[in-house]
Amino acid sequence: MNIFVCVKQVPDTETKITPTGDGSFIETASIKWIMNPYDEFAVEQALLVKQANPAATVTVVRVGSKKDTEALIPALAMGADEAALVEAADNLDSYSIAKALKGAIEKTGKKPDIILAGKQAIDDDCLQVPQILAEMMGLPSVSVIVGFEMNGTTIKVKREVEGGALEVYEVNAPVVLACNKGLNTPRYPSLPGLMKAKKKPMATYSLSDVGVSDADRRVKYSGFRLPPEKPAGKKFDATDAAKQKDVVAQVVGLLRTEAKVI
Amino acid sequence: MANVLVFTELHDGHVKPVTLEILGKLAGQSADVAVIGDIGADQVAVLAKCGAQNVHKLKSAQLDKYSPEGYANALADFIKTKSYDYVFAGATSMGKDLLPRLATKFNAGLASDVVNFAMDGGAFAGTRPLFAGKCLAKVELTGPKPHFVSIRPNALGMTEGVAAGAGNAADVAANAGEIRAVIKEIIKAASAKVDLTEANIIVTGGRAMKNAENFKILNEMADVIGATVGASRAAVDSGFAPHAMQVGQTGKTVAPSLYIACGVSGAIQHLAGMRTSKVIVAINTDPDAPIFTKADYGIVGDLFTIVPILTEEFKKLLGK
Repeated sequence: MNIFVCVKQVPDTETKITPTGDGSFIETASIKWIMNPYDEFAVEQALLVKQANPAATVTVVRVGSKKDTEALIPALAMGADEAALVEAADNLDSYSIAKALKGAIEKTGKKPDIILAGKQAIDDDCLQVPQILAEMMGLPSVSVIVGFEMNGTTIKVKREVEGGALEVYEVNAPVVLACNKGLNTPRYPSLPGLMKAKKKPMATYSLSDVGVSDADRRVKYSGFRLPPEKPAGKKFDATDAAKQKDVVAQVVGLLRTEAKVI
Repeated sequence: MANVLVFTELHDGHVKPVTLEILGKLAGQSADVAVIGDIGADQVAVLAKCGAQNVHKLKSAQLDKYSPEGYANALADFIKTKSYDYVFAGATSMGKDLLPRLATKFNAGLASDVVNFAMDGGAFAGTRPLFAGKCLAKVELTGPKPHFVSIRPNALGMTEGVAAGAGNAADVAANAGEIRAVIKEIIKAASAKVDLTEANIIVTGGRAMKNAENFKILNEMADVIGATVGASRAAVDSGFAPHAMQVGQTGKTVAPSLYIACGVSGAIQHLAGMRTSKVIVAINTDPDAPIFTKADYGIVGDLFTIVPILTEEFKKLLGK
């Protein structure tokens, strides 16, 4: 069984984002890069399937700029078998990334049975790549999955929708699945795992190697800017028990008369 | 002027409000609506009032339940018979799942989760948040048409005084094609409340809630003001609430009219997910908590005493 996991490298969630002077993207020089948090659930799910099917191989694939703290390394350290990196700028659009992932998967010569990815990358927040990849590869897909059960080639997954309701899907491999938090508990990359990871095979491709060019861009960004800051609000001290009721009544009054939201 | 199709999903036979937000913002363009399944004359009238010219009802026995493949096949087949420049939909669970697949059937681009846009000379230019709203950027589309756009619910707001459309409704025999991922069962949400991403009022609990049990006081307040309850990542990671309730960069990005943060310190990744709320109320014991920098009304105090008083005051105000 051939399992592929698509991962992305993104700024840590604690990162303060600063647009570049010309507004073409964000300053990336001092950013701490991490594996996209949702992708950890995808890697873990691949490893769980491999545990139940020891003959399975897990290949992690990433499209983006080369980094010293390569996000593919923790995935290999968690237990993935091999990796492929398509070197590209960090601001490609979803269509180009999906096409590059497809190209990189095809380069391995292995026919995918399960392709896993995080439901969204927390940098551009597009929630597009897994579904585009599925359509490009002619495969079914289920996104935002929080449950996974496999019986032979039949997979039962739970997709989370509005309000936490669940759609339970049945689908046969090959399939693309986009993973949400709650699906599993990702393991930590162990130290021996990290040592081993550096010796595992990692293929590197350029965008042209995988058949992607500038003509594949569909979404253009410009004018990166910080959101407008709100003017300072009003702060009330309600630490004194005697005043609490008055303070709260005042705030509720303001919500009605000033903010007009209730 | 652009030819635009707005796909609307149905909730209990009603079009979702985001559809009306989109139609209002498209005033001046030629806008049709597509729905999969049936909608009543009353709903067609609502769409027409917001500017819909034609309402296409795509019908197929295979499409009584959502299917990413079936919906994409049916809509693609239909769109190919027309000459739309743009296809819009709400960035709901369904919209987010469906549109990337549908757009790719045309090798076309999709601008997702757009919060504002203009159709300058019939060409789309939008604004969308990136990095969970830590920054904004202008987004435009290029390449084969139609171009696809998904719109975040609650972001545009309703447009008043839109010229009504003809609202001509007609059935279209839809072709669902091959469906491989099939919904076998739908497990209903524990709460019938609207989703965080569509909620008009949100009450959120943070780490200071201490346990899951204590969310009871937030639920009580939420019931009084018609709010949906959310949680910070700290509260979710501590097991007080499920991930479906998480607001923030690794949870849901929300934009309600009123956001009440209770015992939420305001980590940068939380602020990113809720900062576009119209009015923010924060309750925290720490006067220096970062949440106060985003709050319109900050209350320094213990949530366990403040929230019940707040609930009582809301009851009084609303005559409950």
